[in-house]
Amino acid sequence: MSEPLLSVSGLCKDFGGLEAVKNVSFEVHAGQIKALIGPNGAGKTTIFNLITGVLPSDAGSAIFEGHQLLGMPTHRIAALGLGRTFQTSLLFDQMSVLENVMVGHHLRGRSTIFTAALRILGAGAEEREYRETAMVALERAGLAELAGRPAAALPIGQRRLVEVARALAAEPTLLLMDEPAAGLNMRETERMGEIIEEIRTGGVTVLLVEHDMSLVMNISDEVLVLDGGQRLAEGTPEQVRNDERVLAAYLGEVAD
Amino acid sequence: MAARRRRAQKLQILGFFVLVALVPLAVHNRYYIHVLIFVGLNLILATGLNLLMGYAGQVSLGHAAFFGIGAYTSGILTATYGWNPWPAMVAALLATSAVAWLVGRPTLRLHGHYLAMATLGVGIIVSVVIRQTSSLTGGSSGLPGIPAMTLFGRELTTSMDVHYFYFVWAWVCLLTVVFANLVESRPGRALRALHDSELAAETLGVDTATFKVRAFVISAAYASIAGTLYAHSSMRFLSPTPFGFHTSIAMLVMVVLGGQGTLWGPVLGAIIITGIQEVLRPYTNWDIVVYGLLLMFMMIVMPGGVTRALASAWSAVTDRIARRRRGSGDE
Repeated sequence: MSEPLLSVSGLCKDFGGLEAVKNVSFEVHAGQIKALIGPNGAGKTTIFNLITGVLPSDAGSAIFEGHQLLGMPTHRIAALGLGRTFQTSLLFDQMSVLENVMVGHHLRGRSTIFTAALRILGAGAEEREYRETAMVALERAGLAELAGRPAAALPIGQRRLVEVARALAAEPTLLLMDEPAAGLNMRETERMGEIIEEIRTGGVTVLLVEHDMSLVMNISDEVLVLDGGQRLAEGTPEQVRNDERVLAAYLGEVAD
Repeated sequence: MAARRRRAQKLQILGFFVLVALVPLAVHNRYYIHVLIFVGLNLILATGLNLLMGYAGQVSLGHAAFFGIGAYTSGILTATYGWNPWPAMVAALLATSAVAWLVGRPTLRLHGHYLAMATLGVGIIVSVVIRQTSSLTGGSSGLPGIPAMTLFGRELTTSMDVHYFYFVWAWVCLLTVVFANLVESRPGRALRALHDSELAAETLGVDTATFKVRAFVISAAYASIAGTLYAHSSMRFLSPTPFGFHTSIAMLVMVVLGGQGTLWGPVLGAIIITGIQEVLRPYTNWDIVVYGLLLMFMMIVMPGGVTRALASAWSAVTDRIARRRRGSGDE
């Protein structure tokens, strides 16, 4: 197989005696939809936080397109092309939906405080361009009529969609999605599955953490199962579904 | 929809400044013109602090220090060293920005209210330095002999206060437009984003620590410009009193009272607080009591500030009228 897009090896994180992540290694290949699953406390979100520089890691490495992510500040990791959505959608609540998506353009923007303050050297044109691009993105996501609404006023399902649109506005190569279906009803979850597949078709690799098993099994190419901070199993949805250790972990039995 | 709102905002700004430009035609009393100059200075101070508090979500408890550094740098360079007021203004701006950067850079990398504590300290230090370095600043007896501001080679003298009124309000106009431009721009949105969620902003590539420092430096620069304009105002004399803790708190109250994170909040705040300052001028130290009560009142009754309270009251009224009209249409 070709060089992996993201290669994590020997990742460890200790929260004052609680080993949240124990020597976890995995790879994500370009064009994949890969899922991290496991019971609560398995260390899934912690792994996301380590990869995106939100938490400092204790040991290991995470190589993304030749760059060592561990030790890098979050905004530099974002600049490399690593996007993220959160378990509880973190929208900018005091801004409109359109403005939220426009923040997604931050990395590509070139206007500085001086050019923006005086609207010179293309700052005005950049502003208009971003407004249009963001509007197009909202139209594509079926959210056009929400553009002027304050983000705080949206119900949870729409918050998720806006957050995804915002993350995609930054044009990431790899998108980490932390429980994209949490709090969604069945129809919304189905729609989220389609959206994730569309994202992959658009050329973005997806790594997701998810509890909704039908969603995970439907859309993932590969599944990594974690339990107690350790890697339990890895493989296609078929392989994982039939793995005895996985069944045991989920049903709470002791595996032989 | 957003475009329409922006156009409405531009019209509001234009309308406001046309109104201000007409004021001297109606008001001939020199005292009132003098007070209106102070409203303008306070408005510049409040707008700068609003950028920091209302948009970047950081608190400064010693912003009067930057007002003071601006005023004294301008005052000393022109009165003692005979500089032209314009290069002195630029020097003041650079000095203030440098101090703000030195204070902001280490403190804003930390999470929490370290900036508030550091600025509290800076406010005290600057106040003490102004009083103690009397060879430079004149200390408690003050710094006299500051020349008038010049514009195209003409002095904006004391006897023609209206000229200086227009000069100050031209600055207010420029700095308000700069502020409105910034808020709706890439760097402005980065600031507002980090105010709501630093984590999400970082995830989208915003270098939050750097942007916080920049917001702090800009708000200090606003205070510096107000300081220079103050130094060349009708008194042309500087004493340490206006650059102490009282003024820092007054600025804070202007922003909170008017409404943090709104364009018109600082305007309302500046008008109300300048009024209070004028009324309480004979009663030393009572202003701080009034500020404290006002802050408590605002926090309990309208935490969003007067601007937002007025806006929601207005939309409640229009809603009711619309509903009544619809109701009568059904009958």
